[in-house]
Amino acid sequence: MLKISGVTKTFNAGTINEKKALNGIDLHLKPKDFVTIIGGNGAGKSTMLNMIAGVYNCDTGSIVLSNEDITKQPEHKRAKLLGRVFQDPMRGTAADMEIEENLAMAYRRGKVRGLSWGITKEEKALYVEKLKMLDLGLENRMTSKVGLLSGGQRQALTLLMATLQKPQLLLLDEHTAALDPKTAHKVLSITEHIINEQGLTALMVTHNMKDAIRLGNRLIMMHEGRIIYDVEGEEKKNLKVEDLLKKFETVSNGEFANDRMLLA
Amino acid sequence: MNILLAIEGAISQGVLWGLMTLGVYITFKILNFADMTVDGSFALGGAVSAILIVKGMNPWLSLIPAILTGMVAGGITGILHTKIKIPEILAGILTMIALYSINIRIMGQANTSLLGESTVISILNGMIGASTNTLALVIGVIVSIIVIAILYWFFGTEVGSALRATGNNEYMVRALGANTDVMKIIGLMLGNGLVALSGAFVAQSQGYADVGMGQGTIVIGLASIIIGEVVFGNRFNFAYKLAAVVGGSIIYRIIIAVVLQLGMKSTDLKLLTAIIVAFALAMPVVSKKVRYTLCVLLVAFMILVTKQIVPILLIVLALIIVKLISSVICKVFQKDESKQEVKGA
Repeated sequence: MLKISGVTKTFNAGTINEKKALNGIDLHLKPKDFVTIIGGNGAGKSTMLNMIAGVYNCDTGSIVLSNEDITKQPEHKRAKLLGRVFQDPMRGTAADMEIEENLAMAYRRGKVRGLSWGITKEEKALYVEKLKMLDLGLENRMTSKVGLLSGGQRQALTLLMATLQKPQLLLLDEHTAALDPKTAHKVLSITEHIINEQGLTALMVTHNMKDAIRLGNRLIMMHEGRIIYDVEGEEKKNLKVEDLLKKFETVSNGEFANDRMLLA
Repeated sequence: MNILLAIEGAISQGVLWGLMTLGVYITFKILNFADMTVDGSFALGGAVSAILIVKGMNPWLSLIPAILTGMVAGGITGILHTKIKIPEILAGILTMIALYSINIRIMGQANTSLLGESTVISILNGMIGASTNTLALVIGVIVSIIVIAILYWFFGTEVGSALRATGNNEYMVRALGANTDVMKIIGLMLGNGLVALSGAFVAQSQGYADVGMGQGTIVIGLASIIIGEVVFGNRFNFAYKLAAVVGGSIIYRIIIAVVLQLGMKSTDLKLLTAIIVAFALAMPVVSKKVRYTLCVLLVAFMILVTKQIVPILLIVLALIIVKLISSVICKVFQKDESKQEVKGA
């Protein structure tokens, strides 16, 4: 499915701000794997997702997704394989465009855009159906500008947009971090529902350890640009937050106490 | 009487310059790209059309190469910005400066007279025989309607939607699989093509092309867009917004014609335009109190410069009336978005 081999990335190489973000990442995902990723700030979680999405180029290593080598593909080309939801609710949608226009854009992910009409009647019916599933009442506001929606509604919409065309891999980059607990919970349950329903392969970065343990079939922990812990199946199910904390303290020599993961 | 005549000329000029404003609207408002190229591509369109007419080409046909060269100019700015990563303002300035030399090369000198040559207006004059201003107005209105119809269609297509979204949120557009670099280049080509078309019409209607005719185009465009938005309201559907842009261009020309008639020095025009733009950009940022003060100051400034009180107050009154009428029209036709805002997660 997804095969990341020996990927490294250094930002601002050769300057005083040099930062080794990824130190040789190897990761192999099976189809329908739902992997949660945890780790402290600067561990390289978001960088890894951005490398897969093509925001940055790899210094070394390769990324293969669905038997296609996407290491050198530009961001917009590999978008056909990927569904993405960002941490910032503003990033995933176009504020000045209508809800249905945003969905129509997402519906054309991976297709050649031509001069035919940007949105058709049949599509609109489909969008209403899909929006009903979110249970946020958005189906009655198809022509409202997305800028009028709350952060939670925008994240839910982005999630729907990312999966409107079934992606080979869904990338969720702390997509509930900017939401209040109640809304975050709602968006997470929508996430779970969509992933199960469509049988998606997904990578989800989170700062909430309980969520990381509860959701998905596999969990990886990152530290200083490396994957330091990788569990799946029964072993993962039986994990406790304390186990993860202990695991983390051993690799980071106690500096973990300051990390915001403790708040989770 | 003089003033009425000046206003008539201003309206037809306003429509022809309105095409330029539509071009600036595409780059500045839709693509969110402050494109300085337009100062050069406006004169480019005029120069290309004028020199081709002098060489014996049909004035209508000469519009096509004018549009095409404008598009090339926009495309170059787009490539400078997207592929070589030059900041947008600088990329535009580079093309604009280059065009100054190129325009002189095209014409062989700093200007080209169309005296005695046939133009789109003189052709029509031979057929119907109305005044130059009226004919320029008729041509301008028809071309504007066609252009607005084409733009309305284009921005409804898949590519057009992606282009609008690029001006809104590039990250999203790339994540959804469209090439934002290509979108920007298309938008710049479209915008500058329109600006060049406008330059060609203006050159033909005024009877000459001049290398300096494009100076300040971007600022005039912005002033017109802002006036259009303030007076006609930034709402309703897309075609209305585009028509409002042309309307803004007409009002801008009328204001200029009137203050000139009232005795303002033509060399002070650029100062006035800059003040109008800065003033309009300040409006949404400052508090209501400051807003009213600024309005009063602007009117006082106009009165001071022109030394006329009654006509200026009449203009202000007229603008307020147009504004009221248009807001009533909008209220009648517009679905009220604000009512939908209440529900939320």
